[in-house]
Amino acid sequence: MARMKFLCDSDRCIECNACVTACKNEHEVPWGINRRRVVTLNDGKPGERSISMACMHCTDAPCAAVCPVNCFYTTADAVVLHDKDLCIGCGYCFYACPFGAPQYPKLGNFGSRGKMDKCTYCAGGPQADDTAVEYIQYGANRLAEGKLPICAEMCSTKALLAGDGQIIAAIYKERVTRRGYGSGAWGWRTAYQEDVPA
Amino acid sequence: MIRILALLLALCAAGPALAQTAAPPPFTDRGQLSASELELRAALKGERISGRVSIPDQQAANLIQPEGLDWRGFHNRTLAWIAGIAVLGMGGLLALFFLVRGRIRIAGGWSGHTLQRFSLLERANHWMVATSFLILGLTGLNLTFGRHLLLPVIGPAAFTALTQAGKYAHNFLAFPFTLGIVVMLLLWARDNVPEKADLAWLKQAGGLMGHGHPGAGRFNAGQKTVFWLTVFGGGIVAASGYVLIFPFSVTDIGGQQLAYIVHGVLAALMFAAMLAHIYIGSVGMEGAFDAMGTGQVDYNWAKEHHDRWVEAQVTKARQTVAPRDAKAAGAD
Repeated sequence: MARMKFLCDSDRCIECNACVTACKNEHEVPWGINRRRVVTLNDGKPGERSISMACMHCTDAPCAAVCPVNCFYTTADAVVLHDKDLCIGCGYCFYACPFGAPQYPKLGNFGSRGKMDKCTYCAGGPQADDTAVEYIQYGANRLAEGKLPICAEMCSTKALLAGDGQIIAAIYKERVTRRGYGSGAWGWRTAYQEDVPA
Repeated sequence: MIRILALLLALCAAGPALAQTAAPPPFTDRGQLSASELELRAALKGERISGRVSIPDQQAANLIQPEGLDWRGFHNRTLAWIAGIAVLGMGGLLALFFLVRGRIRIAGGWSGHTLQRFSLLERANHWMVATSFLILGLTGLNLTFGRHLLLPVIGPAAFTALTQAGKYAHNFLAFPFTLGIVVMLLLWARDNVPEKADLAWLKQAGGLMGHGHPGAGRFNAGQKTVFWLTVFGGGIVAASGYVLIFPFSVTDIGGQQLAYIVHGVLAALMFAAMLAHIYIGSVGMEGAFDAMGTGQVDYNWAKEHHDRWVEAQVTKARQTVAPRDAKAAGAD
């Protein structure tokens, strides 16, 4: 089985935010929730670069480790998913996540949070694949259709890569060799305890 | 004409050279660190890598926050150990104490006479704080230990239903708890001011082990400790709890994590301390529960544990009974 990962080549990302928009559209993500976002470092300064970030589907995921109701699970493709029928919206996964991936719809009194929502790697959730109920809860299940995540698939500069970790790392390494520079794979050290040479 | 041709030739020759200088120099030449190096440094320094986002949620501007991994360690290990040792340790100590000392009896036996120790307002407020504290404590412990202790027993669906209800109870009961703490402070602060006699009481450990009863006013040094622990500890637990209940309204991710750490540690220690309070107010001591039950305590019990308070009450009662212009017999 493949070990699915994301890799953002920040030397190619032009901060067009199309990945953010495509994700929201594909899964009909509600207002106020962003499964993916583009962060610009050193904005307006020399060395400015933008990185598209979402759930990195970590090895030994911190969200799963701290969840009080144990609602996370990892698929055979190493995608980290969660069961919204078990989630209580406590917010612990947001405190533990190094990438700020978990999102919560604000509902009810005070700062009361609804069930957590995050990037599913376009792999739906624990409901039966490609059913209406799965779509409502988790969005599209492109992986079950043999497709890769929409954000990476429609990235205009192919900055965002999704797929098996070894394959996308090889693509990135080839790019770095050809153009002679690269800034490395953002989040890989934190998420996968692994490094892609820049 | 020759000049123009020469100029064109020169331009053509210079063309590639111009294009060469216009191309960006290699990234590594710009003095920038690689992603991996930046992440490592940020992790070592415990700093966030943040930038700018175009979406309104400023929490999203943090690209990587390595403190999350520290928080994971705190939540899964540190807090579990602190809370586990505090609660089980206190339970063990109390069981041991009960085996050694047994129920502390009223030395003079029941007198049959009672006097008012706590008014209806005091008792109602005490029980409002007590019930909300117990539910807050148990639902809090469930968030730390339930996954390992309760979830395997009752199954995921039932456990989620219970924990979800617990989350709402925890959020809502924060308010009566805080109100009760404020009322307690207003009602009892005056009688809980530390005094010199408290030192003597503490030196004898409140007579817990021996048979003597060190003198005390309305509240002894032990009760004063419980009181100030409740007011200050409860106050800080409540304050950090409100930070958590309204996430990101006053602070950022680092502040939220810190609020959780303060809230968790203090609440666990308070829960353990209150176990001792519950013990001594129920099975641990004969006659003690009445103070918060009916509000009427036995005269002998009161004399043994709060001698100076009893004296003051008796003096006050005599003054109340005697008319203002009453004179001692034979005075006129």
